[in-house]
Amino acid sequence: MLAYTIRRLLQFIPTIIAITLLVFLLLNVLPGNAALMAGGKQRLSQEAQERLIEKWGLDQPLHVRYWNYVSGLVTGEMGKSYFTREDVGDMLAPRLWPTFKLALSALLIACILGIPLGFYSAMHQGSWVDSLTMVGAVSGVSMPQFWLGLLLMYLFSVKLGVLPTFGYGDGKVINLILPAFTLGVGYMALLARTTRAAVVEVLTQDYVRTARAKGLRPLLVNRKHVFRNTLVLLLTSAGLQFGSLIGETVVVETLFSWPGIGSLLVNSIFYRDIPVTQGCIVVIISAFLLINLIVDLLYAVIDPRIKYS
Amino acid sequence: MLAKKLRRRTNLVAGTLIVVFMVLLAVCAPLLAPYHPIDDADLMVSEEPPGVEHWFGTDSQGRDVLSRVIYGARISLSVGLISQAMNSIIGIILGLTAGYFGRWWDDMVMGLTNIMLSIPSVVFALAIMAVLGPGLINVFIALGLTNWSYTCRITRSQVLFTRDLNYVKAAEAIGLSRARIMFTQILPNIVGPILVIATLGVAGAILMEAALSFLGLGTQPPTPSWGGMLAKAREQLFITPWISIFPGLAIFVTVLGLNLLGDGLRDILDPHSMSKQ
Repeated sequence: MLAYTIRRLLQFIPTIIAITLLVFLLLNVLPGNAALMAGGKQRLSQEAQERLIEKWGLDQPLHVRYWNYVSGLVTGEMGKSYFTREDVGDMLAPRLWPTFKLALSALLIACILGIPLGFYSAMHQGSWVDSLTMVGAVSGVSMPQFWLGLLLMYLFSVKLGVLPTFGYGDGKVINLILPAFTLGVGYMALLARTTRAAVVEVLTQDYVRTARAKGLRPLLVNRKHVFRNTLVLLLTSAGLQFGSLIGETVVVETLFSWPGIGSLLVNSIFYRDIPVTQGCIVVIISAFLLINLIVDLLYAVIDPRIKYS
Repeated sequence: MLAKKLRRRTNLVAGTLIVVFMVLLAVCAPLLAPYHPIDDADLMVSEEPPGVEHWFGTDSQGRDVLSRVIYGARISLSVGLISQAMNSIIGIILGLTAGYFGRWWDDMVMGLTNIMLSIPSVVFALAIMAVLGPGLINVFIALGLTNWSYTCRITRSQVLFTRDLNYVKAAEAIGLSRARIMFTQILPNIVGPILVIATLGVAGAILMEAALSFLGLGTQPPTPSWGGMLAKAREQLFITPWISIFPGLAIFVTVLGLNLLGDGLRDILDPHSMSKQ
């Protein structure tokens, strides 16, 4: 297990390098020179452009810039914003917690509601709860989350006036409710669907039939045989789909003016502040990779059959 | 028996009906829309709630929301279809060649695919939009480059399975070129799963275009895009709440239809997953 953990951690490094390279190339090679764009609609003069290019170090060859960027990353340097000259790391740091809090709350809401619903539906196939859950699940996946958020915002803040419209509110829980729920619904629908499919598959397995045939109490069969095996299947797809939840934070944060990484990313794109954009993207992707790593390690805890040789 | 069969095909039937309806709406937009979506701006009737004159009400510039929603179908469906077509082409070519040629090319393609899969697609699309700048054409490009990895992976795995079957061996024996074998022998036989992914991909692309336009990075006003209309609605939630309902409903129904169609197609084309349900 320890050897596996270490090997898995080592695999992490080339992936991160490949991703920083991809993001760097994408943001720096394609047409759209940052200096040219800096002035927005009114173009900067040739001289001003050249000054900016020199100031931002854009006159250096690409591989030098990439090397500078990566060696900076290792020491925690993420470059400076083109416009405020602030350190990108300093800009990102205070926004990590709000995003983490939002994503985690959404995840909790999704798990607490989605998994039991999927489980119940699978155990009672064809019942009205099952039909309703499946209709709800396909609707939840098809709904643009920011639209749901907008409707919730209208209902709970404008009409009923019980919840704040948007903002972080110094971290008050009441400000978290709407964004977390909005973000969680899509994932909840996914989880309900995946759980149901996984349970239905596990229920057809021989060991479940055997357990039942030997007269084990149904509750015990469900807990020891069905649920545990479902978790393995569930974890695989839930872990993969967690990326969509992370991606959605960008939209939900913007909708609710949430001071997280996502809203910073969108703002930096508006200002064409490439170092900030780059920093946000690298942080978001690293978080996603880290979660996948944790999921992989969790397998060992849940499924002792998996051997890590 | 027939009733049972139809019941099992509810997804397919409902999905097809919805998608056909939305396509008709998009194609016949000039005939169906009571007003012009951009030019018929009458400030005298701005911010009117839904009524007889304007079924879905009007926006802050006095434009008919119903007409804008109808025209919006053109944007959403074209973004969905064109960008997914790009994804399918990229994914099929990479997947076919990776699976058929194998070796270092396979390693490289799968490496790239795995990297793409580890980047949340919204974030990747945003990165491309950051470079290209806002605008409809750029949305086509960004979304067309974002979601090919699923198609690539499924194509490759299908090719690996098909490659050693007798009809491929026979085609090789009579000396067909490798390109011809890939595209005329293997591809037609694995088109089912690719089609399912593509249908679901169109739904995903429509959702993504809406999100990008909502963020202000996609389709720019005054072009009537559903996501862009919702961005406006957010600003005016207190004054014109009805604007926030209809464009969102349009996105929801369209994506729902495509998802149902995709699920229905999967049930037919991939009988294995049917037995699971």
